[in-house]
Amino acid sequence: MAQSAEHVLDHFELFRGPEYQQMLANKKKMFENPRDPAEVERVREWSKTAEYREKNFAREALTVNPAKACQPLGAVFASVGFEGTLPFVHGSQGCVAYYRSHLSRHFKEPSSCVSSSMTEDAAVFGGLNNMIDGLANSYNMYKPKMIAVSTTCMAEVIGDDLNAFIKTSKEKGSVPADFDVPFAHTPAFVGSHVTGYDNALKGILEHFWDGKAGTASKLERAPNKKINLIGGFDGYTVGNIREIKRIFELMGIQNTVLADNSDVFDTPTDGEFRMYDGGTALEDAANAVHAKATISMQQWCTEKTLPFIADHGQEVVAFNYPVGVSATDEFLMALSRISGKDIPEELARERGRLVDAMADSSAHIHGKKFAIYGDPDLCYGLAAFLLELGAEPIHVLATNGNKAWEEKMQALFGSSPFGQNCHAYPGRDLWHMRSLLFTEPVDFLIGNTYGKYLERDTGTPLIRIGFPIFDRHHHHRSPLWGYQGGMNVLVKILDKIFDEIDKKTNIAGKTDYSFDIIR
Amino acid sequence: MSLATSQGIAEIKARNKELIQEVLKVYPEKTAKRRAKHLNVHEIGKSDCGVKSNIKSIPGVMTIRGCAYAGSKGVVWGPIKDMIHISHGPVGCGQYSWGSRRNYYVGTTGIDSFVTLQFTSDFQEKDIVFGGDKKLVKIIDEIQELFPLNNGITIQSECPIGLIGDDIEAVSRAKSKEYEGKTIVPVRCEGFRGVSQSLGHHIANDAVRDWVFDKVTPESKPTFEPTPYDVAIIGDYNIGGDAWSSRILLEEMGLRVIAQWSGDGSLAELEATPRAKLNVLHCYRSMNYISRHMEEKFGIPWCEYNFFGPSKIVESLRKIAGYFDDKIKEGAERVIEKYQPLVDAVIAKYRPRLEGKSVMLFVGGLRPRHVIGAYEDLGMEVVGTGYEFGHNDDYQRTAQHYVKDGTLIYDDVTGYEFERFVEKIQPDLVGSGIKEKYVFQKMGVPFRQMHSWDYSGPYHGYDGFAIFARDMDMAINSPIWKKTKAPWKNVSKPKLMAAE
Repeated sequence: MAQSAEHVLDHFELFRGPEYQQMLANKKKMFENPRDPAEVERVREWSKTAEYREKNFAREALTVNPAKACQPLGAVFASVGFEGTLPFVHGSQGCVAYYRSHLSRHFKEPSSCVSSSMTEDAAVFGGLNNMIDGLANSYNMYKPKMIAVSTTCMAEVIGDDLNAFIKTSKEKGSVPADFDVPFAHTPAFVGSHVTGYDNALKGILEHFWDGKAGTASKLERAPNKKINLIGGFDGYTVGNIREIKRIFELMGIQNTVLADNSDVFDTPTDGEFRMYDGGTALEDAANAVHAKATISMQQWCTEKTLPFIADHGQEVVAFNYPVGVSATDEFLMALSRISGKDIPEELARERGRLVDAMADSSAHIHGKKFAIYGDPDLCYGLAAFLLELGAEPIHVLATNGNKAWEEKMQALFGSSPFGQNCHAYPGRDLWHMRSLLFTEPVDFLIGNTYGKYLERDTGTPLIRIGFPIFDRHHHHRSPLWGYQGGMNVLVKILDKIFDEIDKKTNIAGKTDYSFDIIR
Repeated sequence: MSLATSQGIAEIKARNKELIQEVLKVYPEKTAKRRAKHLNVHEIGKSDCGVKSNIKSIPGVMTIRGCAYAGSKGVVWGPIKDMIHISHGPVGCGQYSWGSRRNYYVGTTGIDSFVTLQFTSDFQEKDIVFGGDKKLVKIIDEIQELFPLNNGITIQSECPIGLIGDDIEAVSRAKSKEYEGKTIVPVRCEGFRGVSQSLGHHIANDAVRDWVFDKVTPESKPTFEPTPYDVAIIGDYNIGGDAWSSRILLEEMGLRVIAQWSGDGSLAELEATPRAKLNVLHCYRSMNYISRHMEEKFGIPWCEYNFFGPSKIVESLRKIAGYFDDKIKEGAERVIEKYQPLVDAVIAKYRPRLEGKSVMLFVGGLRPRHVIGAYEDLGMEVVGTGYEFGHNDDYQRTAQHYVKDGTLIYDDVTGYEFERFVEKIQPDLVGSGIKEKYVFQKMGVPFRQMHSWDYSGPYHGYDGFAIFARDMDMAINSPIWKKTKAPWKNVSKPKLMAAE
């Protein structure tokens, strides 16, 4: 018996002990009907080959370890970015349990959201009664200022009509007639969580700007000097949105951040649970129609929202998750151009500091090969930054990327001498990535927590940037945007590079050389 | 808070009843009437806890419950390591449940073991419109080609499957035939079925019965020689290694564990289970169905046990030994004796730090009752508990063997109710899930996740009890809880009468 009260052994020590190891070996041998170890080894080696890669890439139906989630997750993420807003997902209730868990595990924060809890009878008769009761209950219990409705795939398959259902619910008195209940259909079998973000945000803006589903008059745009900003689905929303607000402040630009969930995903522990916190004021969401322009930080998260805004007469500008010097330059210059405000010296100094840091460390990154996976815009932003650093983003994979994304990525690669051997992989998953890492190895992998399985299989060190990050804490609190964000990404990459060099040179008596104190 | 004196109990009961009335006020009339049936104060001597259960959740209230898919793929089937479990439908369900339940196993992941891989058919609009059966056929072929050492496949239905009329049973039969009798199990666990995870457990149990047991052929029969001491662990998902720290005790007392359901389990173990002399059942809620089936069909008795905390472990070891001869009975005593010094040391170290502390629980499966003894071993008291997806037989067991007079009972608690209850009762610790964790920590209340063991564990068995005790101490006595109020904001929360 190894366990003791004095030194309590955790699971990662306890089961290494001889009693347990023997028990597990015996279990395997006697009862698991295990495969011949030589056969396991043969298949393991085979799975690393070009032949396996070819078969793997020939897959037409099976998806293994995708790097994407479904639409309603994005809808919930966008909805909580509005003041006092309760996301209400119409359909099966298990889905909502999943979104809430998923967001809580990443942000280490509460995630409030309700379901209309549809079951078999609703599958047959439709979910109207669930909507009527659900809105009434949510409104009374959680006192929201707005309820933003989206759908699970169940409600979409049976064809529930949100517009009609909400109207009927209001007639039945579930919520006051003038209470804001924007909605968006968010079928899980179309697109991904970034699509859901787009649909939900568009639904909310449409509600406020275009006459609240026929219950009010449409807003007449009276242009002002404000700039709207949309962050898109972003695991770093807390750090990023705050950084953007700081930049707006420094430049003196009047602005409205739409779907601003930077506070609700970063509430203090001070004795009070804030179900709602911060968020875009509903009045501001309505008045956003008058803005001079809207900037989206993530093109692929706003494919429908931006044209909708443009149709209302605003200029719209889209970025692809700007990270690093040039991307931030472009972002700031766009802000300056639209607002007519100069970029202040303070930001120029921050730029200089980032360039300084890149120059200081460039020797360690230059020529290093990377694989990246994640959402389409994040992939683009990180790849562009790596190219700036003289690194090569050899494999860039977005399960929820499409043909247009691939072309845009390839154009980016074509624009840099460091991009010549780089490829974009739209619609592929992490089992494809596994084959890529075995057959065309790189030095580092950038991705979310699930990349740790790739790291274990292929030995490619993982730099955790993406969503979700479940197994490291608090990184979402630091920005990746702005020059300071670029600095954070640079440091994160450098730390891993140096850790790896140390790890490879730390055997005393064998690799004493190269275990340098100064790098 | 203490339930010691009868005067105290009367007061606590009155307080709890008042609390229930207070939370019900927030609801529209119809909802209040429905929710009232799920909330109660336990009266000693009653055969159950006086609440309705296993009833549909009310729309819009923020239930904590999940769905049938979660109960089948997430709980029962997912941990079977040498089979590939396809999340059949859109991408989300498999994504959100990917690797998050900590079902520990040993194997070569991606080659002969697949627990922490996410296999999905990633339904697109055309699959909804034209049906997904053809895609499923192709998926099975692709699995066979790329993962040739898988020992079987299950098809875990997501909501659309049942709605669009796919015939996954026909596909399973045809492909099984094509691949020489390969075990391919269609599971009708669409998320809209039933009222919670619970029906998913039942459906998954039935799928084992119909697609594993009924298909065991002479060739697939286990190769080991039976002994009189063969048992199967049923309803332990090896979260953080729970099944291992349980198995070791059963083996030490002289039993032979021939199967683990389903944590670190394999198809061969499922198939071998009908040869057990006794099924020992930990999570009654999720696997009583298959235990009853094996009793009826194969005459295998089953015995519920509880490996949380030394009192219940001792009771359970003796209970299990009672099914066997003196050799095993002596073995049980030997095990109890062997671990007594560890138990004594753990209690000596932690009980003084935890004595008198109160706990409120809200969990699934067996835990709302099973962990109570472990807390009591540490001198703590459970003052409120409830089941996410329990049935009346769970509440009966709770009332008859676990909770004390006056305990607040809340079935399928809503976010609002739980928050109010904790705010008013001010327990020293809340044990619930990830969705609740941060809510209560923000309120300054220490919290432990009691589904995932908050990424710790095991909590089962003697080895697990040491970790459990350490973790509870760590949560409650963390210095951080003294810092939640800024010193210049001198506001103290109004304490309620029972919050001593």
